[in-house]
Amino acid sequence: MPLLDLAQVTAGYGHRRVLHEVDLSVDEGEIVAILGANGAGKTTTLRAISGVIHRVGQITFLGRSLLGSSASDTARLGIAHVPEGRGTMGQLTVAENLQLGAYVRRDRAIATDMDRVFSYFPVLKERRRQYAGTLSGGEQQMLAIARAIMARPKLVLLDEPSLGLAPLVARSIFELIGSINRDLRTAVLLVEQNAVAALDISHRAYVLEAGRVAVSGASAELRAHDRVRRSYLGY
Amino acid sequence: MREFLEQVIAGIAAGGIYASLALALVLIYRAMGLINFAQGEFAMFTAFICWALLQGPQVPFALALAISVAVGFVGALAIERVVVRPFERGSPLVIVIVTLALFEIVNSVAGFVWGYTPRSFPSPFPARPVDIGGILISIQDAAVIGVSLLTLALLYVLFDRTKLGLAMRAAALYPDVSELLGIRTGVMLGLGWGLASAVGAMSGILVAPRILLEPNMMQGVIIYAFAAAVMGGIDSPVGAVVGGLALGVMLALIGAYLPALADLRLALSLLLIVVLLVVRPSGLFGQHQARRV
Repeated sequence: MPLLDLAQVTAGYGHRRVLHEVDLSVDEGEIVAILGANGAGKTTTLRAISGVIHRVGQITFLGRSLLGSSASDTARLGIAHVPEGRGTMGQLTVAENLQLGAYVRRDRAIATDMDRVFSYFPVLKERRRQYAGTLSGGEQQMLAIARAIMARPKLVLLDEPSLGLAPLVARSIFELIGSINRDLRTAVLLVEQNAVAALDISHRAYVLEAGRVAVSGASAELRAHDRVRRSYLGY
Repeated sequence: MREFLEQVIAGIAAGGIYASLALALVLIYRAMGLINFAQGEFAMFTAFICWALLQGPQVPFALALAISVAVGFVGALAIERVVVRPFERGSPLVIVIVTLALFEIVNSVAGFVWGYTPRSFPSPFPARPVDIGGILISIQDAAVIGVSLLTLALLYVLFDRTKLGLAMRAAALYPDVSELLGIRTGVMLGLGWGLASAVGAMSGILVAPRILLEPNMMQGVIIYAFAAAVMGGIDSPVGAVVGGLALGVMLALIGAYLPALADLRLALSLLLIVVLLVVRPSGLFGQHQARRV
């Protein structure tokens, strides 16, 4: 049984439908990428999963339906959504952002996890007393991922982590996502414009076109797929 | 000099009352970006409840205070859930109109239940002055100052030292992101209303012995509180307290040294605030001036 399973999911904003009957799944410990052009419905897919927007169809997580769950319910079930634009709470400090990442937890290991997060992102430790709004774009992305990890989620929904970052910074972000996935066995559903990088770190991928799944499969196979190569990889 | 200091301290005591209500206004402003015009009426209502408890079952003052603050908390939480929540996604102007309606409703209900005849409200503290280093301070004034500072300290601990307070701040500033982190922003908003009303209740109960208890008693105080909150920068709790105290001192000094202008002291104080805002539009502690680095 997959960790997350979407069957025939349709969603949109008001009367405008963006997603049409999407089938998609993520297994435990897997990195799955969603590729596609602007407006293809990548961000909408993540929003439909976390319950930010209205959706119909079937969405199950750990065997239970998410359709009746609000965004805060979904977070409590173990899905951490790093939204478009990173969701940095700029007027709060870095440490406060991280503490709020662990808001859904009631256990006492939060301080230990904070140290573990700092071992992945040493720069956040240096800046923990600063306002998050003073961080650079790359640091804010690190904070967004670190904050998601603080919830000890089973699944992270990651929206365009490389957006607006210098190529070298983006590469280190992707490396960190890979090592977090390996070390903590956290599954990741990754939305990304940078198809090359996304296919490099993911196990499987879906290509969305106009709100429908056009192609899907193992990332290694999609790299060799003619249509994917021409449209998204550019060679 | 001694007389001047005595006037300043009396002003600080009056200012402490404005500060408590100003704090209540700031709490709602930070949570929703608007002013709850009914805040003073909530405070008046809780003062009546305290009075009724003291007169009827004759409970000890501390218990009456605790019960009426708790009623203020729960009542405002319920009002937010039932009356304000349906308009939460609408225009802020609609909610402002809702708070004006609440103002009228709470005021009339108090008038209906207790009547409009002013009543004296027993003070828990004696008005008798004590001599501190040659300066005479009434025990009541000293107690009011103490209670105001204690309220501010408790709020500081809540917002800066507890997980709940941090979540309330996040929910107010970043509702969408907070939901994604599992924070129930609706619950946080309700708690904000409850907390504001509890803080406001303190101002009603502290001011009632100085003026008389009646349904319209907070209408002067809310103007001072509003002025204090704006002077402090409207979104800063520390600013609201400093603003309230400064306003109290200003009013006391004008009353003592410019008796000819005593009738104009509110207008003069507001004029000074306007001048302050022209020079410093974000108030004393507004936005980026009060942030901890």
